[in-house]
Amino acid sequence: MTLETETPSTAPATEPVVSAQNLVKHFPVRAKGFLRRKVGDVHAVCGVSLDLKPRRTLGLVGESGCGKSTTARLILGLIPVTSGEVHYGGQNLVELSRADMQPIRRDLQIVFQDPYASLDPRMTVSSLIAEPLQIHGLFGDGGKERVRELLKTVGLNPEHGNRYPHEFSGGQRQRIGVARALALNPKVLLLDEPVSALDVSIRAGVINLLENLQEELGLTYMFVSHDLSVIRHIAHDLAVMYLGKIVEVGTAAQVFAAPSHPYTQALISAIPLPDPKKERARRRVMLTGDVPSPINPPSGCRFRTRCPKFANELSDAERDRCINEIPRLELQNDGHRAACHYAQAVDLLTIDTP
Amino acid sequence: MTSESGRQNEVVLAVEDLTVQFPSEDGVVKAVRGVSYELRRGEVLGIVGESGSGKSVTSLAVMGLLPKTARITGSAKVLGRELLGLSDSQISQVRGNKIAMIFQDPLTSLSPVYTVGYQLAEAVLAHRDVSKDDAWARAVELLDIVGIPNPAQRANSYPHELSGGMRQRIVIAIAMANSPDVIIADEPTTALDVTVQAQVMEALQNAREETGAAMVLITHDLGVIAGHVDRVCVMYAGKLVEDGSVDDVFYTPRMPYTLGLLGSLPRLDATRSHRLTPILGTPPSLVNLPSGCPFSPRCPIAQSICVEEEPELESVGGIHHAACHFHEKLIGAEPIDLFPPTIIDAELIEAFEEAPSDT
Repeated sequence: MTLETETPSTAPATEPVVSAQNLVKHFPVRAKGFLRRKVGDVHAVCGVSLDLKPRRTLGLVGESGCGKSTTARLILGLIPVTSGEVHYGGQNLVELSRADMQPIRRDLQIVFQDPYASLDPRMTVSSLIAEPLQIHGLFGDGGKERVRELLKTVGLNPEHGNRYPHEFSGGQRQRIGVARALALNPKVLLLDEPVSALDVSIRAGVINLLENLQEELGLTYMFVSHDLSVIRHIAHDLAVMYLGKIVEVGTAAQVFAAPSHPYTQALISAIPLPDPKKERARRRVMLTGDVPSPINPPSGCRFRTRCPKFANELSDAERDRCINEIPRLELQNDGHRAACHYAQAVDLLTIDTP
Repeated sequence: MTSESGRQNEVVLAVEDLTVQFPSEDGVVKAVRGVSYELRRGEVLGIVGESGSGKSVTSLAVMGLLPKTARITGSAKVLGRELLGLSDSQISQVRGNKIAMIFQDPLTSLSPVYTVGYQLAEAVLAHRDVSKDDAWARAVELLDIVGIPNPAQRANSYPHELSGGMRQRIVIAIAMANSPDVIIADEPTTALDVTVQAQVMEALQNAREETGAAMVLITHDLGVIAGHVDRVCVMYAGKLVEDGSVDDVFYTPRMPYTLGLLGSLPRLDATRSHRLTPILGTPPSLVNLPSGCPFSPRCPIAQSICVEEEPELESVGGIHHAACHFHEKLIGAEPIDLFPPTIIDAELIEAFEEAPSDT
C-alpha cells in the first residue's frame, strides 16, 4: 500500500466516484392554522455541486445551518432532492426507485455525529454490526466471524460483542458506528461530524482510525464538519459552505494557503491555534452579526450582510454588484474556485512570531 | 501579562485544598480532590480539562451553586472573605456583586418571560441603590459595551428573539453589571459557531477591560486557552496536574497528560502529514479511582511507583508546577516520543481485507 502523506498541489485528473450536480433542497415552512398553508421555503441547499474523488477525502465545512449535513443526506437519498443530480457508477441516484437503490446503499454508507443516538440501546454490539449484513442477506455462515473482524478493525475487543452500547464510552461507540458502516465493504463513507461529540484525547484516536482505514481499504470520504482544524488534518479537498451555497472549493492545500473568499478567511482566522505566541501575533478577519435566515436569504451575494470587505473596503458602485449579482465560483490564480466578485487571496497561516 | 500598578498583586480569589464529593448509588463520586489556586487582580486564569475532570464542579462549589447533597471541604475566599459555608442570603450578597459567573448555555441562563433589559436592570438593582430609570439606563449602556447593535431598542427584546451569540453577550453584560472583581466563565463559547465565538471572546475581553475584573476561563478548548489567558491549570480526575504560565504549559509541558493533549489536537498550522498522537484508554471513574497517579493506566512512561504513590504538584521551575514522578524525563520531549500515533495493527487490517467478502 502506498501511503499518501502530503496533498499534491493540483487535483489529479481522475474521474470522481460520486458527483453531485446542482443539488437544491427547499423545506416548506407551514403556517400554524388548520390548513397548514405553505408560507415560504427554507432554502437549505441552493445549487451545490461536489465531486468525491477516489481514495480522497472531501471536507465540507461551514457553520450550523449552512446546509452541509443536508447536502450529505441528499447525496445518499436519505431525503429527497428538490432538484439536482447525484451520479454514482454511471447512474443518476435521484431517479432510482427504492428497490433499485437498495444494492447501491451497500457502497455508500454514513456515520452520524451522535454515537449515543445512532445506536439502538436494546441491541448488543454484535447484533448492531450484523444488522446491515442481515439486511443485505450477507450474514450467512461467515457472518459471525466477519463481525469479530470488524470489531478488531476499529480497535475494539471482539470479546465485547455481547455488550450493550451504554457500556461503552463515546469514542468506543463512534467506533461501533464506523464498524457498522464498514460492514458491507462500502466504497464511499459520508462522515457527518463524526468526532464533534468526542473529547480531545479520544477524538484523535477516531481521526487516526479513519485515516488508517482510508489508506488501507482505499475508501473515499466526504467529511462534514464545522471544525476547520479537523478538516485541515484529514481532508485532501475542501469545500466551504455558507447559507446553502459553496463559496470556495479546491484542494485543501490551495484553500488553506490562499483563502480568497472573505468568509473562508474569517473562518480560518476564527479557529484558535493551540500556540500562545502565534495566537497573539495573528491577523484576524472579524465578522459582525449573525447568519441571516435561510427563509429569506439576501439578494446577490448571500454573505454580504456580514462581509468585512463589503462593509469596509468597497465603494458604493462596487457594492451594487454584490447586492444585485449572484457571484459564481470563479477560477483563482492557483486553480481553485471562489464565489466572490472581489476575491483576493490572503495568507493567514504564515505567522511570524517575535 | 496585565500590568496594572499598585494593586496588581492583590489576590482576589484564593481557592485552597477544595474537595467535592457526591454520594451516589455506586459509591462516593470524588469530583474534586484537593484543588488550590490563586487569582490576582486583572489576571486571566485558564482551567482546562476533559469532560468529568472536575473543572466545572470546582467553580460551582466556589459560587455556592452545588446541590445540598454535595460534601464540600476546603476554602474559597474572595477578597479575603470565605465563601464556603455561607448561608443562601449571605452568599447572594457576594454573588453577582464581587464574583459573577457565565455559563455555557445562554438560553438556560436567561429567563424566557422577561425582556433582556429587565433582566439586566434587575441585576443592577439587586446590589445597588438606584432608581429603576437609572438601572435601565445602565442596562442599555452595558448592552452597548458588549457590542449589541441598537442597544436601546434591543433592551426590549426577549431572549428567544436573539441569536445564540447575542444571548451570550447579554449574559456577559449581566455578569459585569456590578463591576465584579472576579468573573468565572464556564465554557462560554462552546455552544457557538466559530465566527460568533470570536465575537463573544472579544465582548468578554471588553467586559474585563471595562470592569478590571480578573477572570477564570474554564474550557476544554486548548486553542481558546492559548489566545486568552495568562496562566493555565490543567485538571485531570479532580486534581490539578500541571499549572504555569501559558507559554510554560504549551511549549514545555512537564506532565504526560498535558503533552498527550497537545499531541492529540489537530492543528490549523500543521499539514496533513502531521500525525495525531491519541492518549489510549479513557479517563478513570471518579468512584473507583486507580491507586497512585490517576493517569497511570493511560501513561506511557508509568513505572511501579506511579501505581503506588500519587505525585503532588511540585515546582519544575518558577511558577510552573507539575504532578508527575518523572517530570524530569519530559524535558524537551515531543508528544510523538511518548504516545504511539497508530491505534490499529496493520495485521488486523490485512485480516479484515481477506475476510469473506460479499461476493
